[in-house]
Amino acid sequence: MTTAPALGTPGMPGGPAVTDPTVTVTVDGHEVEVPVGATILEAAEKAGRRIPTLCHHPDLPDVGVCRICVVEVAGQRALQASCAYPITTPIEIRTYSRRVRQARQTIVDLMLAEHCGSCQTCGRNGNCELQDLAEEYGSDHFRFGHRTEPTRLFDTLGPSIRRDMNKCVHCLRCIRTCSELQGVGALGVIGRGDSTTMSPYLTLPISDVVCINCGQCINRCPTGALQEVDDTDDVWHAIEDPTKHVVIQTAPAPRAAMGEEFGLPPGTPVTWRLNSALHDIGFDKVFDTNFSADLTIIEEGTELLLRLYENLVLGDSSRPVPQFTSCSPGWVKFLEHHYPQLLPNMSSCKSPQQMFGALIKTWYAEREGIDPADVVSVSLMPCTAKKFESGRPEMTDSGHRDVDVALTTRELARMIREYGIHLPDLPERDFDDPFGTATGSGVIFGATGGVMEAALRTVVELVTGRKVEEIFDHADITPVRGFEETRYAEITLPDELGPVPAILDGKVPDWDWLKGATLKLAVVHGTANARKVLDDIVAGGRFSECHFIEFMACPGGCLGGGGQPIPTSVEIRKARAQAIYGEDAFYGETGRVRKSHENPAVLRLYEEFLTDGPCGHRSHHLLHTEYTPRGTYIATNGRGVGDGSNR
Amino acid sequence: MTMLPTEVVQDNADLIEAIDALVARYGNDRSALIPILQELRQQRRQISDVAMQVVANRLGITPVDVQGVVTFYHFLDTKPTGTHVIHLCRTISCAMAGMESIATRLENELGISFGETTPDGFFTLEWANCIGMCATAPAMLLNRQALPRVTPDEASELVARLRAECLAQRSGNGANGAAHGSAHGPADGNGAPDRTSGASGPPTGA
Amino acid sequence: MSVRTPMTLATIEAEQGLRAALALAPEEVVATIKESGMKGRGGAGFPTGVKWGLAAEAPAPDGVRYVVCNADEGEPGTFKDRVLLSELPDLVFEGMTIGGYAIGSAHGICYLRGEYVYLLEDLEACLARRREAGLLGRDVLGSGFDFDIEIHLGSGAYVCGEETALIESLEGRRGEPRNRPPFPVVSGFHGAPTVVNNVETFAWAAAILARGADWFAHIGTDRSTGPKLLSVSGDVERPGVYEFPLGVSIREVVEAAGGGEAKAAIVGGAAGTCVPARDFDRAISYEDVSTGGAVIVVGPWRDLLEVAENLQWFFVNESCGQCTPCRVGNIKLLEGIRRLRAGELSRRELDDLVGLGHTMQIASKCGLGQAAPNVLLSIIEHYRAEVLGHIPVGAR
Ligand SMILES: Cc1cc2nc3c(=O)[nH]c(=O)nc-3n(C[C@H](O)[C@H](O)[C@H](O)COP(=O)(O)O)c2cc1C
Ligand code: SF4
Ligand code: SF4
Ligand code: SF4
Ligand code: SF4
Ligand code: FES
Ligand code: FES
Repeated sequence: MTTAPALGTPGMPGGPAVTDPTVTVTVDGHEVEVPVGATILEAAEKAGRRIPTLCHHPDLPDVGVCRICVVEVAGQRALQASCAYPITTPIEIRTYSRRVRQARQTIVDLMLAEHCGSCQTCGRNGNCELQDLAEEYGSDHFRFGHRTEPTRLFDTLGPSIRRDMNKCVHCLRCIRTCSELQGVGALGVIGRGDSTTMSPYLTLPISDVVCINCGQCINRCPTGALQEVDDTDDVWHAIEDPTKHVVIQTAPAPRAAMGEEFGLPPGTPVTWRLNSALHDIGFDKVFDTNFSADLTIIEEGTELLLRLYENLVLGDSSRPVPQFTSCSPGWVKFLEHHYPQLLPNMSSCKSPQQMFGALIKTWYAEREGIDPADVVSVSLMPCTAKKFESGRPEMTDSGHRDVDVALTTRELARMIREYGIHLPDLPERDFDDPFGTATGSGVIFGATGGVMEAALRTVVELVTGRKVEEIFDHADITPVRGFEETRYAEITLPDELGPVPAILDGKVPDWDWLKGATLKLAVVHGTANARKVLDDIVAGGRFSECHFIEFMACPGGCLGGGGQPIPTSVEIRKARAQAIYGEDAFYGETGRVRKSHENPAVLRLYEEFLTDGPCGHRSHHLLHTEYTPRGTYIATNGRGVGDGSNR
Repeated sequence: MTMLPTEVVQDNADLIEAIDALVARYGNDRSALIPILQELRQQRRQISDVAMQVVANRLGITPVDVQGVVTFYHFLDTKPTGTHVIHLCRTISCAMAGMESIATRLENELGISFGETTPDGFFTLEWANCIGMCATAPAMLLNRQALPRVTPDEASELVARLRAECLAQRSGNGANGAAHGSAHGPADGNGAPDRTSGASGPPTGA
Repeated sequence: MSVRTPMTLATIEAEQGLRAALALAPEEVVATIKESGMKGRGGAGFPTGVKWGLAAEAPAPDGVRYVVCNADEGEPGTFKDRVLLSELPDLVFEGMTIGGYAIGSAHGICYLRGEYVYLLEDLEACLARRREAGLLGRDVLGSGFDFDIEIHLGSGAYVCGEETALIESLEGRRGEPRNRPPFPVVSGFHGAPTVVNNVETFAWAAAILARGADWFAHIGTDRSTGPKLLSVSGDVERPGVYEFPLGVSIREVVEAAGGGEAKAAIVGGAAGTCVPARDFDRAISYEDVSTGGAVIVVGPWRDLLEVAENLQWFFVNESCGQCTPCRVGNIKLLEGIRRLRAGELSRRELDDLVGLGHTMQIASKCGLGQAAPNVLLSIIEHYRAEVLGHIPVGAR
């Protein structure tokens, strides 16, 4: 069995090593050596000087528009924006001077003059870069006035995102996020000068355009201009209603990040303490989304094997390969808009959130003898798109709305704080039955490559009949881990394969056709990267030969989701990934199950409820779904036309 | 890029044809965007919602990107403009030479404010910033042709004549009516600054 | 080209400069322009020969470089480029061709402001004539050098005269200025080395090649060589384009145009500065009062704050809006002027406005925002008593 990361994949190690030429600059009298092309901001950081920034974000290309980061460069009349000044020659930089201080103060004052909003009623109070700057530069009054009446668009119509342009500081981070990081292009700059706004096409509500609800723009907005739709009131009302049975499922990615909301360093897992908090708040049961992640793996793995059989043996390509994963609702909507012709490649599996929702209001309610109409099913997700997903009309297969409220990490953190508990102080507590025991495979769903790795663990064992540990150390399938934009791996199956296991009985006759076969796999995160891979597939390139591709809408996978704590950066996302892989490893160390098809609760589900097996009739009804080709044309019906003009 | 929905294609056949012709002429890369929009504005007096989306589709960019460009430039209009578009310069040399009284006269004659189009669709009134006619201020552009040294009375006469022409054209009386977007009246022969008369600049006052 | 002063450019014989250039090596053409001491005629005053030299030396991966003629002439009070383009287009295109030869470029682009669309037909005809005459196209005048020019039309945005915004606009984008470095001579249109020069700069370049660097260098002052076209308007009897050697006093210009009683002159247009009559002995030159060519004369009966308000509105309306100091700052300056005129501004608020202006000058992303407070600040500086007179007694 071999694994071969493909050559030429951006960011793959082993590429030609280039030693960059360097240049020595002076920062406040200290000499530092930086690579040619490094920015003044980077040089200053190296010299131990912090320069304030606003439009700069480590995930995004710089535009140099807010001007808060201006510094002196010797010999230049004007100040220079340090974030956008690439150093090519030895220069002398002063990060602080009377002119710099006055300029920064004035710029903050101007931002405050343009800004309309009050901190007390703002979701970003206490975590707002504009607030920080105002404090840092000692703004003690509104020197250039202050807008008290909102005059700009406040869009509250969408299921996931609220946009209050009265609080916008025009940093363009959202636009760069949406077009360059995510490749969506739902937002743009409209108008000119003072009337410039960051806006969807024709200043339509964000829910009417090609936005995929990924929330990445929220994570990078320095202010309260972009926020998630807050659904916490609905949850409080349910908890306070004695007739309701309120359950919550928690996904792995929020658990790896929630600690950040309570002052813990990124990468501190709080899974078990969170369970206590949720009970304290008043949830009747706390379940682990990993349960349905395991279920997803079995359903999706089976679907993959069936697709391969259909395509490779039966010559039937009505369900083509590569099969695309379908657990990221932002990614699903991305494909529906931008590549509807590839929807047949999308796995029909619902996401773990929705599978769980459908089971809670059927199997669970039945077992517990509760009227499903009285069950309020809440989910804790890293993701704003989950809100949209839970409201999709097709997500009612249980006869009810499968998931009533999808909360983000940030919303739940607010509830916990509001309740008056300090998460880090709580005792640890297990998940509740009957879904209690999950596996490590479910946990790693939260990181890019996780679904792939989990699926491989299961598929390899189902097909070979051997333990995956015999093939990969500790069952860690490292070629699919990492943060490169796209990862490509090949796994060659042995010539000896096992018998078809019971769980797949009757679905395929044997594995003969897979003997010695090479499975080609890819892992993609961030929809801008997805776009590259999809274009390659459309053009019949290398990725079109893949069998299975994991796509996640968000950079880093779910742990970088749009509902996660702010701020975000590659370092923070890596720390969260460590927490996730740590939890998976913990399952191994403590003898817990790490492979989805060994999850006893899942096996019981197939025995008791989904009796015709994975991808069987009942599972199809409850756990699988269909997609809507949406396209990119924006039907405006005359609304908004002519709006946002420059006059 | 995905396809446009069939009903959009059916309902806008001539628009799409016009855009495709422009794309054939200017190419489909990004630098063709502004020439295409300029020409489209010229042909159809407006760059409509559908037009922006079709152009975006053909150039492989997003509609909001196209709208961003359209709303950046004063001469690209999303709203339909009138048969005749007047841009009155409101910058300093013209302001010092009596722009205000021309502005008032135009607003009164047309019954609209700057930024608006008359209900009959004959006129759109816009501000311009310095149009490089400062030596012959106050100046305006009529259908993008420069008119030097405008007086309030000339402005009234101009409006009256153009309106009459438009009406004649509309009622079919004006067989060779002139509502084709070029300048008339005082503008005649002056549509392009007249080099021999000195009206457009130096040697000025000579 | 003016009433009183000789119009040198009209006397330059056609093709003379181009033939002279083609007889030299490209580096020699660059050297000639350097020797002439000419600085850009568009306002910023960068030495043209140096600019051409940088572009010629900048690596161009696929050998592509661009020569761009900045015919966006949007500075209030400036119209000399329009006159040049309508009366001497051949000379301008000849200068571009020489520039192309000097930097090793085959592509010339003339960015013509949308307000001048009526010039387009004649300019295209001129280009066609030149192609026919072998002055453009393949193998210019049998020299083996290929060069052609296309015209791009602007669409109504003053900021597109800023060279990086102009390039953004050429690339089909919003005309939002870029951060510099990198400068266009290194990475301009489509990332290729690009020379952007003013219309007048190209015309003089052709003249320099025709008459020699020495001839040019001996006109004007040491650091501001050559003649300059000035657009004179406002409260004068004879507005129009004048030609003067650089270093000419403002008084001489104002008097030539018949603005005897003037109170002040706005030199350099909206982005320029207000010079009171008592300072009319100051020189128009890069080392003293610099201008792209606009001289707006203000008569004694005018309220200078009215002038300032008009120009501030211009900047509010023309700011691209991407950077904070300019987008918000201009609005605040305009509000401030209006309140000052209405007698509502306190002394402290006036000081804040001046501080704001200083920040805009050094912290804005491009020349528009950096120049936008100039006229107001110069008025406040030179007419202190008059300005303070607008402040209510209790708030001084
Ligand atoms: C807001 C702004 C507007 C400008 N407009 C023009 C213009 O209309 N014409 C021009 O030649 N230069 C203009 N410039 C200057 C150009 O950026 C550039 O410096 C000039 O074209 C260089 O040519 P030159 O060296 O020949 O003067 C403008 C600069 C700014 C900041
Ligand atoms: S965005 Fe920031 S500064 Fe504005 S109201 Fe919210 S917390 Fe306060
Ligand atoms: S949620 Fe995602 S797709 Fe929607 S605007 Fe924000 S970044 Fe773009
Ligand atoms: S909405 Fe937020 S991210 Fe977008 S420009 Fe405004 S402040 Fe920046
Ligand atoms: S200074 Fe003004 S015109 Fe220049 S980049 Fe900033 S906002 Fe745009
Ligand atoms: S952080 Fe550098 S300009 Fe905004
Ligand atoms: S100020 Fe009106 S044309 Fe120049």
